[in-house]
Amino acid sequence: MSKNIIEVCGLVKKFESIIAVNKAGFNVEEGEIFGFLGPNGAGKSTTIKLLCTILKQNEGSVHINGYNTLSQPHRVRESVGIIFQDPSLDNNLTVVENLYFHAKLYHVPGRLIKERIEEALELVDMSERGNSLVRTLSGGMKRRVEIARGMLHAPRLLFLDEPTIGLDPQTRKQVWEYIGELRTKKGMTMFLTTHYMEEAEICSRIAIMDQGRIIALDTPGNLKRMVGGDVVTIKTGNPSGIKSQLDVNPGLQCEIIDNETIRIILSDSGKSIPTLFEKFGDEIREIDVKKTTLEDVFIKLTGRKIREEEGNAHRDRTKNFMKMRKEA
Amino acid sequence: MTGVSDSLVIATREVIRGLREKSRLFGSIARPVVWLFLLGTGLRGSFGGVAGVDYIHYIFPGILVMNILFASIMAGTSIIWDREFGFLKEILVAPVSRISIAVGKTLGGSIMSTIQGLIVLVFYPFIGIRLSIAQLTLTLCCMFLISFCITALGILIAVRMRSFEGFGVMNNFVVMPMFFLSGAMYPINHVPVWIKILTRVNPVYYCVDLVRPVMLGLTPDNSIWANLGFLGVFATIVLGIAVFLFRLEGS
Repeated sequence: MSKNIIEVCGLVKKFESIIAVNKAGFNVEEGEIFGFLGPNGAGKSTTIKLLCTILKQNEGSVHINGYNTLSQPHRVRESVGIIFQDPSLDNNLTVVENLYFHAKLYHVPGRLIKERIEEALELVDMSERGNSLVRTLSGGMKRRVEIARGMLHAPRLLFLDEPTIGLDPQTRKQVWEYIGELRTKKGMTMFLTTHYMEEAEICSRIAIMDQGRIIALDTPGNLKRMVGGDVVTIKTGNPSGIKSQLDVNPGLQCEIIDNETIRIILSDSGKSIPTLFEKFGDEIREIDVKKTTLEDVFIKLTGRKIREEEGNAHRDRTKNFMKMRKEA
Repeated sequence: MTGVSDSLVIATREVIRGLREKSRLFGSIARPVVWLFLLGTGLRGSFGGVAGVDYIHYIFPGILVMNILFASIMAGTSIIWDREFGFLKEILVAPVSRISIAVGKTLGGSIMSTIQGLIVLVFYPFIGIRLSIAQLTLTLCCMFLISFCITALGILIAVRMRSFEGFGVMNNFVVMPMFFLSGAMYPINHVPVWIKILTRVNPVYYCVDLVRPVMLGLTPDNSIWANLGFLGVFATIVLGIAVFLFRLEGS
């Protein structure tokens, strides 16, 4: 069995009367991409902050690389890299200055710094912009610099809190490519949070979080199997004929919708559809496949959609901002 | 040892940033010029001289301290900007002790405000003050010490602040009174007792009392050692509290 790089037990974090994280417990093995999925406000970012020692929990324990986050925060910080949800670069320094500063604070030996910075910038295709002031970069570029920065001290574990939030789809794709590359080249374990369902698919395992609780934890495949499977709808002249033949297979759900439509639930539609065609190819007029997504899993578990809350969350943030200004 | 080098790294960042903001650096020249030449020249008409020196000469060290005071408070409170723009998180999650962060921030800020003080200091020949090399060196040392104390205070003020809006209030209720009660513009011999008491707990008073005698050869209210002692203790306590508050962060 491989080693656990993160061990979380009975984690509780309260903000006054609000319980942001409620008895969360999980382990992450070395080499995994571990995803935290859930709507905004579910407690994902709070959990990450607890894990990387920015916040202190009220109850429970966290061990990172074997170090306790409360009693050995220094050791924890040394061994992890963090890419924050909000930008955290110094806008008035150049890209290289930001990276140099980071390398120094993480005690990267002086002779390695230059080389590491070059390598990191190359990985995110930012070598050309090394001497630009950060404030002149686009949002996507800043993100790339932050990814480069996260790997400078060669951490074994990288935290990514909503790494693609606020980026356009093309840049998002790019960012994932860089992250993937980082993992294959450096063999880092990754712990990420996201509320983009598609993005969670790359994870080895996913914890679904809602209202501070972890409500499911498994591989994306297993999570989707909880829902049942992909929904295949076939238009045919002979629904009852097909159904009677399919009913022979135990455990296969199929149902006649009307006199020309039949719906089948398949756990692995990609493999089963060719078989369907082999058997009933002549009779199938139309076929529609709806693949199970993690969104379906979330809906099944909570009865709500994840994305519904996205707009609200944005409004809340604006509201909070206004409130902050007023209070000050 | 890593603690010291961590502080130096953090200080270096402050200096690089500071030197890059040329407009702010040289913008700081306007205030002392206005105070010195407009206010100073006006008041000289009524005061004539103080303690046997020309009024303009008398307030020059005070104006110098004023510029350092404002620059240092700004430098200390830049921690609010760091928080606002997220950079503070980058520093707080680094494997660096909170003491190194506070000391580094203070050190960098005080280097920058010493430089802003220098921008005022270069005027001394033009208003007819003469300084020996020894005086000049001592003045510079005092300027740095003053910068360090006040920047530390700025950090303490800023460490729990979450937005910049409170800054204006703080500026009017803390910084300006500190300046007025420092003896920078007038000697505080002939003032009511309650002002005298306030003065005695005001670090800026000790700053002025330290640097003015050095520059003008006057007798200080307190001995040099008393002034140095007060400022040293003040900086230590203030930084200590700031570090303590830093440590509380997140719990």
